[in-house]
Formats: sequence, C-alpha cells, structure tokens
Amino acid sequence: MATQAMFRIWRGDPEGGAFQDFVTPVEEGMVVLDAVHRIQAQQAPDLALRWNCKAGKCGSCSAEINGMPKLMCMTRLSNLNLDMPIILEPMHTFPVIRDLVTDVSWNFRAKKTIKQFRPRSPDLPDGTWRMQQADVERVQEFRKCIECFLCQDVCHVLREHHKEDEFIGPRLLVYVAALEMHPLDSEDRVSDLKKKHNIGYCNITTCCRQVCPESITITENAIIPLKERVVDRFFDPLKQLFHIL
Amino acid sequence: MPEFHRYSYDVLVIGAGGAGLRAAIEAAANGAKVGVVCKSLLGKAHTVMAEGGIAAALANVDDRDNWRVHFADTMRGGQYLNNWRMAELHAKEAPECVRELEAWGALFDRTKDGRILQRNFGGHKYPRLAHVGDRTGLEMIRTLQDHGIHCGMEVHMECTVLSLLLDSGRIAGACGYDREKGHFHLWQAKAVVVATGGIGRAYKITSNSWEYTGDGLALAYQAGAELQEMEFVQFHPTGMVWPISVRGILVTEGVRGEGGVLRNSEGRRFMFDEIPDLYKDSTADNEEEGWRYTQGDRNARRPPELLTRDHVARCINREVKAGRGTPHGGVFLDIAWIKKHLPKAEEHIKRKLPSMYHQFKQLADLDITKEPMEVGPTTHYMMGGVRVDGDSQMSNVPGLFAAGEAAAGLHGANRLGGNSLSDLVVFGRRAGRFAAEFAKSNKGEPAVDENQLQATAAAALKAFDRGASGENPYQIQYDLQEAMQDLVGIVRTESEMQQALTKIADLQTRAEQVGIAGHRQYNNGWHTAIDLASLLLVSEAITRAALLRKESRGAQFREDFPNKDSEWGKYNIVIKRGADGEMLVEKRALPPMTDELQAVIQEMK
Repeated sequence: MATQAMFRIWRGDPEGGAFQDFVTPVEEGMVVLDAVHRIQAQQAPDLALRWNCKAGKCGSCSAEINGMPKLMCMTRLSNLNLDMPIILEPMHTFPVIRDLVTDVSWNFRAKKTIKQFRPRSPDLPDGTWRMQQADVERVQEFRKCIECFLCQDVCHVLREHHKEDEFIGPRLLVYVAALEMHPLDSEDRVSDLKKKHNIGYCNITTCCRQVCPESITITENAIIPLKERVVDRFFDPLKQLFHIL
Repeated sequence: MPEFHRYSYDVLVIGAGGAGLRAAIEAAANGAKVGVVCKSLLGKAHTVMAEGGIAAALANVDDRDNWRVHFADTMRGGQYLNNWRMAELHAKEAPECVRELEAWGALFDRTKDGRILQRNFGGHKYPRLAHVGDRTGLEMIRTLQDHGIHCGMEVHMECTVLSLLLDSGRIAGACGYDREKGHFHLWQAKAVVVATGGIGRAYKITSNSWEYTGDGLALAYQAGAELQEMEFVQFHPTGMVWPISVRGILVTEGVRGEGGVLRNSEGRRFMFDEIPDLYKDSTADNEEEGWRYTQGDRNARRPPELLTRDHVARCINREVKAGRGTPHGGVFLDIAWIKKHLPKAEEHIKRKLPSMYHQFKQLADLDITKEPMEVGPTTHYMMGGVRVDGDSQMSNVPGLFAAGEAAAGLHGANRLGGNSLSDLVVFGRRAGRFAAEFAKSNKGEPAVDENQLQATAAAALKAFDRGASGENPYQIQYDLQEAMQDLVGIVRTESEMQQALTKIADLQTRAEQVGIAGHRQYNNGWHTAIDLASLLLVSEAITRAALLRKESRGAQFREDFPNKDSEWGKYNIVIKRGADGEMLVEKRALPPMTDELQAVIQEMK
C-alpha cells in the first residue's frame, strides 16, 4: 500500500468554493474518514465535516467520494486508487453549509408530513400484541435505515429537479413502507402517497438502492409495493368501472 | 457585544439520545412546553451504537424472571454501591417502558408464540434482553425520534451548551451556540434535564464518538450540582483492536450471548481460569455446560465469558500483558466455532449478529462466520455522573435534573449490559415527568443574568483572538486522551494517578492558550477547543475520585489496593465545586436499604 495519498477536498460555503489539495500519510486498514481527521488535526483545523460513530451505524459522514455517494467511515483506502487524488465533495442535493457539511434539515421537516404510527388495539387484555418473526422481519429491513440520506442525494427527482416540496424521496418512502407494512399499524397512507408525497415521480431507476450502505432493497421491497398499493386503489380499471356504475 | 437568539421553555432537555428524547416526550405529555438541544443531528446520538438489547424482566423466555431477580442482579453487578431506590424502580418499570416502545412502533425480535424475544447477557440470571438483532439502540432511538417529532417539542440540532444559568440558586435555563452559523442562543427554562451521555473522549481507545466529552457533568458541576461515582469508568471487554483506525469500536456482548468464546493465542479459554466468588455458584465449570446455557438450557449455568464486564476486561488485559495476546494486542473472540454444534451456523450468525458481520467484513476484511475476531477493552460507559434523587432524578440544584448515562446511581461500581437502554427510558421518563411538574409548580419566569451571558460568549470567542498561533485544540485533546489511557485506565496506582493530575493541570493551562483560525461558521476546530473545558474537568474528577477510593471494586482496579474493602463498600464518593472554585472530593455514606430490598438480595444470593 502507498505510504501517502492526496485528498482533493471541496472547501467553501453557500457563496462558493474550490478544491484544496492535502497530502497525508496513510496506513493499512485506514478509511477515508481517518485520513480526513488527520488532515483536520494537522493541516486544516477548521475543516468542516460531520461524523459520529465511525462504524456505519449513525449515518453522519455522508459525502461524495470520487463522485460516488458513500459513508466516509466505511470507505477503505485500500479500495481506492491512491495513485490519483481522492476527490471529496459534499452531497450535491442539499445546500452547502460549509466544506463537507450540508443542510439536511429538509429531511426532518418532510418526515413530519407523514402520518405517524397508529397501532391497532392490543391483542390481549394485558395490553400486549402478538406478532410473528416472519412478519416482523419484512419491516426490520426498512428499519435498518441509518438516515445517512445518500439515497436522497442520488435521487434524480431531488438532485436534478429539486421537487422537495412535492416529493419525499427514497428515504422517506422507505419510512412509509415500514409504517404501512408494520404488523400493528392501522393508519392509511395510500392516498397521501399519491397526492401529497407524489410517489409517481419515482421511475424506479434503482440508484437509491445501489448506494444504500445498509443494503436495503429500497426500490423492489419498499417503493414498488407502495406503488402497487396506489395503483390498486386509484387505477384499477375494474374498480373504476364499478365506481362509474 | 454578541447577540443572543432567545427562546423560552418550561422544560429544556440537553441531549437527544434515548434518555433525552424519552424525557422530552414525557415532559410534553405532561403539558410542558419543551425544547431539546443536541450536539449532533437528531437520531445520531450514541444510543444508536447500543447493540445487545434492553434489559427488562418481561419473563417471556424464562418465567422464573421478575423484578426482584433483576433488582438483585443489578445490585450484585454494581457491587452494592448502587442507589438501591433507582435499582428498584428500574427493575419494576423497565418492562412497562419496553412495552411502551412497542406501542410506539418498535419491532423487537419475537418468540415462537409471538411475544418479545429475550436473550442472555452478562450478569443477568435469566434471558432478559429484548433486542432487534444487534441493532437495538438504533431501533430505540428511531422509535423515540419518530414518536417525539409529533409531540410538539422544538429541537435545536447541532448546538452546544456553554453554561447553565441560575436565578438565586434555582435553574433558569442554558446558553450556548449553534455549529452552523456560530450564533449564540439563550434557552430560558424553568427546569433543565441533563441527558448528555458519557465521557468516552477522555480516553484514547473508546467506543464513543466526538460528542461524549462530559458536557452535562461539567455544566451541572459548575452550576453547583454534586457528581458521584466518577471513579467508575466501564471498559467494555470487547472493542475492535484492528485495523488501528477502528480501534475501540464496540463488538457487542451479544456475540458472547450467542455462544461466542474468548481464547488466548494458545487457544485456551482463559475465562475459566478465574471466576470471582460472587459468581462461583452461577458459572459453568466446563465448556459443554456453558454452550448449553447459551442455547437456552434452563438447568445450565452461564459460561464465564458472560461474567460482568469489569472482570472480563481485566482477564483480557491480563492475558495480553502475559504475552498470550493476538498479533494486534487483543484476544480472540470466536463465534465461528459454533458450527461444531449448529447446522447452518453461518446463516444463524448473520441473522443474529448482522451488523457485527457487516462491521468486520467492511472494516477489517474478516468473515466472522469463518474466523475469530481480535478484541480488547475499550472505554465505553460512565457509571458516574450527576448525583440525583432516585425518584425524581433531580440534583441538589432546584430544577436541574439528570437522566441516562449523565446521571449516577443505578449502576454503582459496574453496569450490566442491557441495563443502559432500560435506564434511558425508565429514568428519562421520570426526569421528564418531574421536570414538567417542577416547572408547573414554580411558575414565575426565572431571571437571566445578562452579564453572565455576555461573559460566557466572550470566553467562548477568545480562541479566535489567538488565532493559528495559539495551542492546537486537537493536540491538547490527544495529549489528554493519552494521559488518561496510560495513567487512569483499567489498572490504576497512586503514583500514576498523581502524575495524571499534574498532566491535567498542565493541559488546563495549555487549554487556556488554545487558538483557532478562521470564522465561527461550522468550525470543527472551535468546537473541539470548547469541548476541552468539560473533558479536562471530568478527567480531573475521575482521577481524584479514583485516588480517594483505596480499594478495587467493580470497574475500579487499583494495583496498590488489589482487594475489595468492605469498609469502602459503605461509601459513595461525591465531587463538588468548592467556594473558591476548587474541586472537593468526599466520602458520603450510603443510605440504609429498606428491609424489603435487603430481604430480596438475601433471597437471591
């Protein structure tokens, strides 16, 4: 392995910015976040980045590494070509605050527009429910989400078309799927999915699924089943016929 | 003069991990106007790293379990220094709090008949930990977050509190700054709940993130609150040791709960070599019995790998020091070996420990279903914290509450795994309720001292005056971590801790000369500089308490006093600020336990 590497890091704020090069020593087993920490401690104390757990569990250190949306803490240097500068940029979809830090607050606001969990009445007089592991597991996949927002970053509806006011993006569609498929939930979000959250904007390019660090099968397991529910309710020709009659 | 953005609440919660969110939800449910301030984004607090589960005597897997067994286990684990009232309330209320999480959408793993599944864990007599694979903390924080955002609380993300404010001895709120713009904020409040978590960043090898600099403890101390049990820092026995950059990252105790074993470089299961007297009768004396225990045999005793964390950490330390460690200075933790007993072991491991599989595969290029992991102790948890009333969680400062890791009492000298997540919800809920009640019964808006606000802001900005020529904050933090790791770590002695005090004093002087280039907007260097004050304060408190306690008990091991001393078992160590700002350390006798609880302990012995 190389003994040093060059990192080309975008630095700036909402007014604009530019790439700045840093050369730093690297060792076996290092991840991108380690190198950035080293640069911060030794060369650029005011370099702005977010991080917390260092183990792919909190979803704070999202960035674009050589153009790919990734977690810095889970990207090993041994998987990158160190003969070339490693390019680090903030997520493009969200407004820049400074350097690698973006304003992701929209995700938190948008989540509030989704109807919250509403359990059915308890199954037993002691106030508890019974659920089968198989039913729970289907939803546990969605609940693995660490809210890194890399799927939102790569979704073209948000990234290219900036439909934040109309569309909630893959992360929050996964959230709706977790609620809708929750064995205890008794709320109905199908109408909202069509009219308020505009699930129809998604044309299942699977970009979101491909960047998910938790390997959640976003498109196939979450979004498509939700689309099917919307279609069943609003576009079933037989139902429409009955409606007319 | 710096401007302050001003807000006013009935209850201000500092911290948005499990305890903070649970407190905020409860305070709001009790009619309080609630503000939450947190250092990171919502849902990123260290609670997400809790893996193994949440301890509650639901008795779903073993019907012999009940609150009395849980209480006795917690007290035994804490070597009887625990606040027994908290241990009692915790054991009684944890099941209800777990069911509450389920009612808010948490999806725990299930038993065959559809109830919440529970797993074995160190120090718990029966399978007691409700869990979601090995990502229970994430499930819990997301449940609280998603429920909480609909409860009417206002959340101030990415803000650090600089100071608590008082009005004639009563709490009046807090002031601090936001990371995004570097603006100053005043959060006036009739009651404040400190739920800021731990102090792990005082050590070099830690499972904790950058946030855990002991802010809440330092803030409370400066406001006149007493701290307690600061000598008891939990070193989790199994952190990753390689690659070097992930050194300290947690490997869940659940690996051992599922049958994982510890071996030294000679292949020996060294945990059988030394079993403490308190646990002799309840620990297996052969490998076969230990395996049966992990597979749910009710007549088997637990394997020694599931002894309390303090003991396991010291045994690992001993093996490494004796030259029987792994190439990277740890010991082997082997879960792959269960394929000897289980068909489809590979799938089983991936299903039970998905994030461990993922973590080792991605960060260490190691497949835990095939090879053993290398692990060693890592600074994980602070048993000590703000001294509080067991029922209400209020400190000795009227209106100032503490909950979760930031509060002391429940865990005594050592915390059992799984008792932290339950601590968060049981005492978060209590703190929230009593804080709301306090706010209701103390109606008048406490006054804020404008001079204190301005002085706090001015002090926070000083680092910019010195600019890049001042001391590097990262270097000071690093030097402190090195000193604490080497001198006040798992094995302690008088002379080394005296050295540590000298070093801390020296670092305090250097911290006063810290300098930062650039501006206030999202300047990580500035944030690091500000956190130094709390880190240095809690480091000093840990060292002074550890020096005073001249015995070995729970998480504290003194090489110069290697035995437990029953006399010391009668005291907590309390730390408070003296009239001239000096740190006072004193012994405080434990309050006598009720006859009922004493009888429970006797019965469970």
